[in-house]
Amino acid sequence: MLNRPNRDLTMANTARPPGAARVDHIVVAEMVAPGSRVLDVGCGDGELLRLLELRGVDGRGIELSREGVNESVAKGLAVIQGDADTDLADYPDDAFDYVILSQTLQATRKPREVVEHMLRIGRHAVVSFPNFGHWKIRLKLLFGGQMPRTSNLPETWYATPNIHFCTIKDFRQLCRLVGAKMEKAVALNAWGKPLRLPAPWWFWNLIGEQAVFLLSRRTSRSDQ
Amino acid sequence: MAEAQLKPDLRDRLGEAETPRSHVARFGSDKPLKLDSGGELTPFQIAYQTYGTLNTARSNAVLICHALTGDQHVANVHPVTGKAGWWETMVGPGKPIDTDRYFTICANAIGACMGTTGPASINIKTGRPYGLEFPVVTIRDIVRAQAMLLDYLGIDSLFAVAGGSMGGMQVLQWAASFPERVFAALPIACATRHSAQNIAFHEVGRQAVMADPEWRGGRYLAESTNPRRGLAVARMAAHITYLSDAALHRKFGRRFQDRAAATFSFDADFEVESYLRHQGSSFVERFDANSYLYLTRAMDYFDLAADYGGVLAEAFRGTKTRFCVISFTSDWLFPTSESRAIVHALNAGSARVSFAEIVTDKGHDAFLLEEPELFAIVRGFLGSAGAARGLSK
Repeated sequence: MLNRPNRDLTMANTARPPGAARVDHIVVAEMVAPGSRVLDVGCGDGELLRLLELRGVDGRGIELSREGVNESVAKGLAVIQGDADTDLADYPDDAFDYVILSQTLQATRKPREVVEHMLRIGRHAVVSFPNFGHWKIRLKLLFGGQMPRTSNLPETWYATPNIHFCTIKDFRQLCRLVGAKMEKAVALNAWGKPLRLPAPWWFWNLIGEQAVFLLSRRTSRSDQ
Repeated sequence: MAEAQLKPDLRDRLGEAETPRSHVARFGSDKPLKLDSGGELTPFQIAYQTYGTLNTARSNAVLICHALTGDQHVANVHPVTGKAGWWETMVGPGKPIDTDRYFTICANAIGACMGTTGPASINIKTGRPYGLEFPVVTIRDIVRAQAMLLDYLGIDSLFAVAGGSMGGMQVLQWAASFPERVFAALPIACATRHSAQNIAFHEVGRQAVMADPEWRGGRYLAESTNPRRGLAVARMAAHITYLSDAALHRKFGRRFQDRAAATFSFDADFEVESYLRHQGSSFVERFDANSYLYLTRAMDYFDLAADYGGVLAEAFRGTKTRFCVISFTSDWLFPTSESRAIVHALNAGSARVSFAEIVTDKGHDAFLLEEPELFAIVRGFLGSAGAARGLSK
């Protein structure tokens, strides 16, 4: 079992007024159509789910940690204790409109299977993750010669729950591999704010600290 | 019922079964209880307790369903044992099931022995206690009777139904049989069907009762005997299944009871033996042996999916009820896998479900004990469900 991953991998918590939603959560929430059915995989303390429910979404959550389940249930959210790596297989096809994986992909044991299940269970998948291709991380590895640690990703390599880091480029490759269509992609800065500049992918991979992708199934799965 | 014809000593022996110190709802021949076995139970009565006040909208009622050897005395001093109510940690003013907010009801189950009609009640057709003439009842029969009690109390819809173990089975049956009457459901440490292992344990208990010569084919009340030893052994064996290896080791280890060394006899040398003997002998003071047979049978027969073509999800299809399913890591009687099966079915039926597994070494009994995590989850679930129901704080 993994330890409970720190899901606020942005500095969004420090930058917002009390009671306001995290900026990266708002980015995710804006990708979800109101009134839809949503499964939030690795929902943490349920903050994103609550934001979605305020927007008229019928939300469900899966969370590994008891503390997270407890906090979520206390907020009136429908959250079950479970593991993204093992429990998604139990969900029927097309059970949800969206399946969300917020800041959790890098902590799963089998990220590819998780994304495949998400696209089977939901018509859309929303995935957000920290971008390991960010220039600061590249510089730390290049000049420090050690696994990079940043203020957003402070754990040592041996203690981190984040066992499958990837870059934006890596994730785009995974999407192609599993036959996912990339409908939208947003890069975020260190505070979780979207970078709304027109730029090529290699540039996002360099300056985005976070990325949020909205995926959908290709109409025919044989496209793969 | 028919008290005038009873000999005074028999009435004393029947005690709470005939003259409960509880509210009693009586259902005459115009309101028979239809049974799964095909027959009817009539007349019959339900002994129940209530706590708190029903609001004017009649929307704040919580039904507690008791476990195999529980009763309606959830949160008051027990009239026979003088001990605190069996769920006083959970139910009461300011407790997770807050009787300041919720009108809380608990009814003694059909087949039990604390005032609701069961095998220790007088059969008015014969003037004798039913004994084995009492019909075999099911969890669904117990729930059907509770629904009649709610009709009697003028409560159309429950805010919540909660219970552990056999109580949890009733919660699931409520949600399946009367989805429109249940706003929120809290099945704890239970399953949608009794496993082969659990049926096996029950059978050991029943055989222990029936092997006692004082059982007299179930007619011990009329014949002024009592199968104490058999029922005590049944309770001792069952009690082990409610705990865990770790809990027994922590509580007793291999310690001796009031002695420094083994006595080389079959005396209760070990603390754990002494504890089990005490559990057995105190149980027989408050429980009827035939009720034990009937209620264990009701649990054995429970298989919710079987009523829905073998597909559990069909039992909850389209339900609007909110669920909070809870299990305990060291519960080997109703292990977490059983609760996950419930959650799986609820998910497939698109129900609104929360599920938490609580880490404890206290075994199945954990639902009755001081478990802060359990209390926090129940409080949170009911609080938010109450807000959704429009209950005032």
